[in-house]
Amino acid sequence: MAVTGLLFIGFLLVHMYGNLMILLGPEAFDEYAEHIRTVGEPMIPEKGVLWVLRIGLLASLVLHVWSAVTLWGRAGKARTTRYVMKRPGYGNFYAKAMRWGGLAILLFVIFHLLHLTTHTITFGEPEPTPAGRVLESFSQWWGVLIYVVAMVAVGMHLLHGIWGACMTLGLNTSLKRAEQIRFVSILVSTIIVVGFLIPPFAILLGLVK
Amino acid sequence: MKLALKIWRQDGPKDPGRMTRYDIDGVSEDSSFLEMLDLLNEQLIAKGEEPVAFDSDCREGICGMCGVVINGEAHGPERTTTCQLHMRSFKDGDEIVIEPWRADPFPVIKDLVVDRSAFDRIIQAGGFISANTGSAPDAHATPVPKDDADRAFMAAECIGCGACVAACPNGSGSLFMGAKITHLGELPQGQPERDARVIAMTEEHDHLGFGGCTNLGECTRACPKGIPLNVISQMNADLRHAGYGRR
Amino acid sequence: MTDMLIEGLYREGEPIADTKAPSGDIAQKWTKRKFDAALVNPANRRKLDVIIVGTGLAGAAAGATLGEAGYNVKSFCYQDSPRRAHSIAAQGGINAAKNYKGDGDSIYRLFYDTVKGGDYRSRETNVYRLAEVSADIIDQCVAQGVPFAREYGGLLDNRSFGGVQVSRTFYARGQTGQQLLIGAYQALERQIAAGTVQMFARHEMLELIVVDGKARGIIARDLVTGEIETHMADAVVLASGGYGNVFFLSTNAMGSNVTADWRAHRKGAYFGNPCYTQIHPTCIPQTGDHQSKLTLMSESLRNDGRIWVPKRAEDCDKDPRQIAEEDRDYYLERIYPGFGNLVPRDIASRQAKNMCDEGRGVGPAVDGVRRGVYLDFADAIARLGEDAVRAKYGNLFDMYERITGENPYQVPMRIYPAVHYTMGGLWVDYDLQSTIPGLFVAGEANFSDHGANRLGASALMQGLADGYFVLPNTIRDYLAKGPFPEVAADDPAVVEAEQQVKGRVEQLLSINGTRSVDSYHKELGKIMWEKCGMERTDAGLREAIEEIRALRADFWRNVRVLGVNETLNQSLEKAGRVADFLELGELMCIDALHRRESCGGHFRAESQTEDGEALRHDDEFAYVAAWEWGGEGGAPILHKEDLVYEFIELKQRSYK
Repeated sequence: MAVTGLLFIGFLLVHMYGNLMILLGPEAFDEYAEHIRTVGEPMIPEKGVLWVLRIGLLASLVLHVWSAVTLWGRAGKARTTRYVMKRPGYGNFYAKAMRWGGLAILLFVIFHLLHLTTHTITFGEPEPTPAGRVLESFSQWWGVLIYVVAMVAVGMHLLHGIWGACMTLGLNTSLKRAEQIRFVSILVSTIIVVGFLIPPFAILLGLVK
Repeated sequence: MKLALKIWRQDGPKDPGRMTRYDIDGVSEDSSFLEMLDLLNEQLIAKGEEPVAFDSDCREGICGMCGVVINGEAHGPERTTTCQLHMRSFKDGDEIVIEPWRADPFPVIKDLVVDRSAFDRIIQAGGFISANTGSAPDAHATPVPKDDADRAFMAAECIGCGACVAACPNGSGSLFMGAKITHLGELPQGQPERDARVIAMTEEHDHLGFGGCTNLGECTRACPKGIPLNVISQMNADLRHAGYGRR
Repeated sequence: MTDMLIEGLYREGEPIADTKAPSGDIAQKWTKRKFDAALVNPANRRKLDVIIVGTGLAGAAAGATLGEAGYNVKSFCYQDSPRRAHSIAAQGGINAAKNYKGDGDSIYRLFYDTVKGGDYRSRETNVYRLAEVSADIIDQCVAQGVPFAREYGGLLDNRSFGGVQVSRTFYARGQTGQQLLIGAYQALERQIAAGTVQMFARHEMLELIVVDGKARGIIARDLVTGEIETHMADAVVLASGGYGNVFFLSTNAMGSNVTADWRAHRKGAYFGNPCYTQIHPTCIPQTGDHQSKLTLMSESLRNDGRIWVPKRAEDCDKDPRQIAEEDRDYYLERIYPGFGNLVPRDIASRQAKNMCDEGRGVGPAVDGVRRGVYLDFADAIARLGEDAVRAKYGNLFDMYERITGENPYQVPMRIYPAVHYTMGGLWVDYDLQSTIPGLFVAGEANFSDHGANRLGASALMQGLADGYFVLPNTIRDYLAKGPFPEVAADDPAVVEAEQQVKGRVEQLLSINGTRSVDSYHKELGKIMWEKCGMERTDAGLREAIEEIRALRADFWRNVRVLGVNETLNQSLEKAGRVADFLELGELMCIDALHRRESCGGHFRAESQTEDGEALRHDDEFAYVAAWEWGGEGGAPILHKEDLVYEFIELKQRSYK
């Protein structure tokens, strides 16, 4: 779970970098989008790298979800009789939200793929270029809102996910190290959330046309 | 003090059990939580009702035998054992809900008493250093850096009460297990069996039906000895080092 | 020897002539014994069964060691896990004659200190052996991973403890007992996994089975199902701890009891020196009737705290900080200018009682008397600073605050003595064998090596010495004669033992009187504490005997034990234990009454110097009092084992 989680973080950082291209203008963004499809050509056929990445991500997703479901199932079996009274306000809200939050993110990813990858869902007239689709989607406040909600969910998931991954990988070996891990998990989560939200807001506020 | 107690009553392992309300008066603020239950039991005996069964032994916070969930918290509102929790932590007129540790590897025997022998089985799997009596070299033959000895001691403070399991939303015994693995793994004497120990103990833990760790930290917040979460991380590091899953 | 009743209370029997210690120089005796003791062929060991009752330091260590050797061990404890045994609560440390500090310690010095500390009422041969094996214990525990305190160089740290002049105490912060016990427990669990030890947790031994004069098994009750089980073996080891709970309030665990010892006593094992109890001076005082136990705080507190009470009784309910310096009586410093607050445990305890009896005690009054004295750190905080005091005693101060709700950095602590350890126990010879062949007794359960008083940090040493090193070497001499013929399940001795246990359980459940078990236990405790506690008098002990007899009779008429045998029934468990305490208490008083001298923890008001110090009578009482059960309703029979001092000269101790 930790390893696949960290792969996703790597993916998110690259994805975020790509998104930020739009700040340089729609042309730069489209060029980047095109480049992903053609990277390695002619050694590798068109979209080759893209599909390798897609399959890798899909496999990670399956493993990640499978681990989560296994843990969830074990937890259920480990306590079949529940407490009558639960401790008021136990734990960090974001840590408790891992499972339902994770499911929410999964649903968003499906939506996201249908929206911007397969274009099954459109927020208006179909646009021919990637940048056009992005600009159209985020020029509407509710389009931005959907992505804001999704990014908050991702941020919460990362906040505990990075901490948990470091725990699982055995990196937390002292009280001081625990503080460092907390710091890094907050930092990385913040970078990703802010990084992903800059383009939508820039578009909404008309800074990118 | 006057209190309303809601206590889990269960006649035996097969009885489904139920919450029962008792009103109790005349509780001294200076009495411990278990002495409050002693008083309740005296009153129940006087009325001809069977007293509430609960475990306790040393009553000074070190043997690890006591432990109930009080208002949803393992060992109650203070970070200590149930026997060291005192009634001054409650207010006159409070309602207190008392339940046994809830985890399937800790089945209820009666009322608030649970069977924690699963912990012994985890130790049997490898929570020891194999050193037959009489075979030991001089104690000064192997110096141990003070920091290592201190960390080993910190982990060795675990009293095996099971509050970590009771508090864990996943019903995991990872803090208990991690504490033992860290204790023995920090010491030079523990090195020869270090890899085998962590594999055997975690396999036994999972086999016994404890849940997996999702690093929520509820265990360390409930731990009366304040065993830190990093012992779990240490266990994971040892597991990785031992090549778990790659054998 | 006489058939006559002495004082109307006991008879005297044959003296004990031989303790089976080898002859020769004291330093060679143990080596000689180990050589002379027969060996058991490794292939035969698995045919030999050994029952061990109790899983504290002595029981767990013996179980692990005998298991490693290849014997079939059956181990019993009443707790839910062997790791709960009350050895776990020992705080201070464990003595060993390692001389790592190079401060002149030696086996001989530890031997000498222990005999002197025991007020010359212990057996030289056993004590020397204890000192001799002490060093091996540390090696063994370190090899097991016990995290003793270490210095920056990585070597083990030592401290001086309980007023001795050398630093020989090894420790693991304030949790030495816990760490040692967990070490022994892990060794035991390792053998359980290996199949050499079979563990019976939540089982209580309720009877000893003696066949043809030999201990051959026990009857135990499964505390969860109520089943009465018969377990047979070639030898039985009792390592069931002390009986301080006869006082109800003590520092012992709630479940600590005398039943295993007492049942064996009734089957013929002599009980040695039952009146020798140790009362620890620095415990947290009782606050009311609700109290179920007393909590000890490490004696090290007396190194920096000053003990005092108000000079005038009318100041006793004042805020101590408002009492002027000249109105305080630092009584230990006043009476013992040489040792001050560091006088031995029994003196510190008795003087605290004297102050409270004079009406100068402090804290809440229980039954009309304030039982507490101040232990004041104000001077230490002024001298060393609060941080230094916190570094040294922080955990103890926290514990005190948790229990009392008072902050000892600001308000002086209140302390009062409490029963802590019992030096008495089943009589054993040099081999730790009782007067019943095949019944061995180890740790606090035997009458031990501590004489009339135990030095600090020596209980852990004795428990582990017995368990790891002494018993495994001596029991083999007995086991080499085995395996003994199998005992049939319908052997009259087995059937009788079973019937006794079942009958007693049924009786306790059927009385259905009006008083709870705890109420009897509390009443017995009060009698014992008042009349057989820190100070004993002829008249008081005679009263106590009468009161205990009346209480015992009432118990069997009027106790109320609810529930059934077939489930976990904690009232029933307690009832059986209290019934045995009610018999033991009487024997303790008889022993205390017959010993018309003051020695160690036993202070007879009639035997004191002009200054009020304990006065021994070596001419009359330099013996171990080993008591034989006199039958139901009969008088106990006293057998004397003379204590002969060949290597140490008897001296009257003085701390002035």
